[in-house]
Amino acid sequence: MYYRFCWGCHGFRGDGNGENGPYLNILPRNFVAATFKCRSTPTGTLPTDEDLFDSVGRGFTNSNMPAWISLTKQQRADMVAFIKTFSPRWKTDKSGDPINVPAEPAVTLDSIKHGKELFTKLECWKCHGQEGRGDGPSASTLTDSNDQPIRPYNFAAGSRFKCGTTNHDLYKIFMTGLDGTPMPSFADVIKPEDAWDLVHYLRTLQVTHKSPELALWMTTKEGAEIVKAQKIVGTPTGADIEQ
Amino acid sequence: MRTKQAFMAGVAILAAATMTSAVPGGGTVSGRVTYEGTPAKQKPIDMSKEPSCAKQYATPPPTETVVTGPNNALENVVVYISAGAPDEPPPSQAAVLAQKGCRYLPHVLAFQVNQELKITNEDQTSHNIHPLAKINREWNKSQPPGTPPFSEKYDKMEFIPVKCNVHPWMHGTFAVLKNSHYSISGNDGGFTLPNLPPGKYTVTAFHESYGDQTQEVSIADSETKNVNFVFKAKPY
Ligand code: HEC
Ligand code: HEC
Repeated sequence: MYYRFCWGCHGFRGDGNGENGPYLNILPRNFVAATFKCRSTPTGTLPTDEDLFDSVGRGFTNSNMPAWISLTKQQRADMVAFIKTFSPRWKTDKSGDPINVPAEPAVTLDSIKHGKELFTKLECWKCHGQEGRGDGPSASTLTDSNDQPIRPYNFAAGSRFKCGTTNHDLYKIFMTGLDGTPMPSFADVIKPEDAWDLVHYLRTLQVTHKSPELALWMTTKEGAEIVKAQKIVGTPTGADIEQ
Repeated sequence: MRTKQAFMAGVAILAAATMTSAVPGGGTVSGRVTYEGTPAKQKPIDMSKEPSCAKQYATPPPTETVVTGPNNALENVVVYISAGAPDEPPPSQAAVLAQKGCRYLPHVLAFQVNQELKITNEDQTSHNIHPLAKINREWNKSQPPGTPPFSEKYDKMEFIPVKCNVHPWMHGTFAVLKNSHYSISGNDGGFTLPNLPPGKYTVTAFHESYGDQTQEVSIADSETKNVNFVFKAKPY
């Protein structure tokens, strides 16, 4: 199975050196290093089987990793088990314990506003830009752990994330970080209730994606003005990098 | 790069009477690390994108990938016993890395396997600490101003480049070592490894840009041996 569908990119030995690998602008995951972006587990730990299973089903937006939904559940589960044979880490280390995600509180304006403060205070904008367009002052200097240039997520252009689509996924993304990239974990520095406020605010930055958060934000004068301004300014400011 | 140099200048044997070591009959390996050739110049760091750090300096601080001293001294070289000494349990005190003025203090931090590593942020800006480990696990954590120190440890020996993605000029090195016999060369290039029981040792010198070199030494009772390392400097 792996040799039919995956090795063209991920390599015969799972080291990310398949013959198509070097032609992709984001290198295929090297399963030997076993550093994974999408985890429910803390930064620096191995993901759970479920995390890997979800990644294989989801595929990665903005890169060449396809969504493997055409495979049956059993086939995907087999694939996950097989990927894990490439790295000795799975024998020496256990998967991390998934972080605790408390129930999501209701979306309120206070929550969104507080989330906005956190986005500033925690300096997400240094990479993602004030408006979340992926054009912050540090954006053009970023490289991933393979020394490849990498761009911060552009909220204004996107609806999906590499690591999921739901608010629950979004919560996990910034709490666990995307290992192997500049996107750090904030689990040690954001309290759970604050994290939900940040989730609600991040949704309002996705101006091209309908969400209850965006709808509520647009009902305020402040929100409507910000969102309108964001849509008019069509091109990212600051860093001149391609998406 | 791995060059073996049989370069053993001036083997000085001191009288046992001068020793004041904690190990009875313990010997010492000491010497200097120097470079030959022309090393890359230390350039002033442009911190204008981070005013809260830039304003802490009257003149911009220089880059630290290669730091040299008088008489061709090479600073920040980790000199350690890589073979011949048993692995040791970690000491109880923590090794401390401070992020201050958008730099890592110290630039090269050596500590032992499983020793506590404390990381502090003394700046008014967020740093993300991103040690690019390959043998140990790679992690990446944001540390906003006022966050209490992080406590970490590594369970395998490794030289790990450390960076902050927000401030691309911030680079450092963690040297995770298996025993307490290590020393980092100072501005004069000097290092000292005291308290070595009699025996045969491999001494390794590691520099973050120039790689490593090893030499073999034998130490008799309370002997002090002089070992020097010379690195070929590269102008880039
Ligand atoms: C067309 C090339 C391509 C093919 C074919 C491919 N992948 Fe990938 N894969 C990638 C790329 C590129 C990435 C990295 C994406 C990123 O980091 O954004 C990746 C990442 C992954 C990840 C990492 C998830 C994480 O959290 O980091 C897993 C798991 C994975 N692939 C499994 C598979 C499996 C299983 C198959 C076969 C069914 C497969 N891939 C086929 C290109 C490919
Ligand atoms: C040091 C730079 C940096 C900082 C600071 C940073 N990010 Fe990111 N972020 C990135 C990069 C780079 C990516 C893209 C990773 C990738 O595509 O593999 C990213 C991706 C993301 C994604 C999308 C992940 C996905 O699955 O596609 C979200 C959501 C996100 N960041 C939220 C945040 C939030 C919230 C903060 C502040 C609390 C923050 N980021 C701070 C660099 C940063």
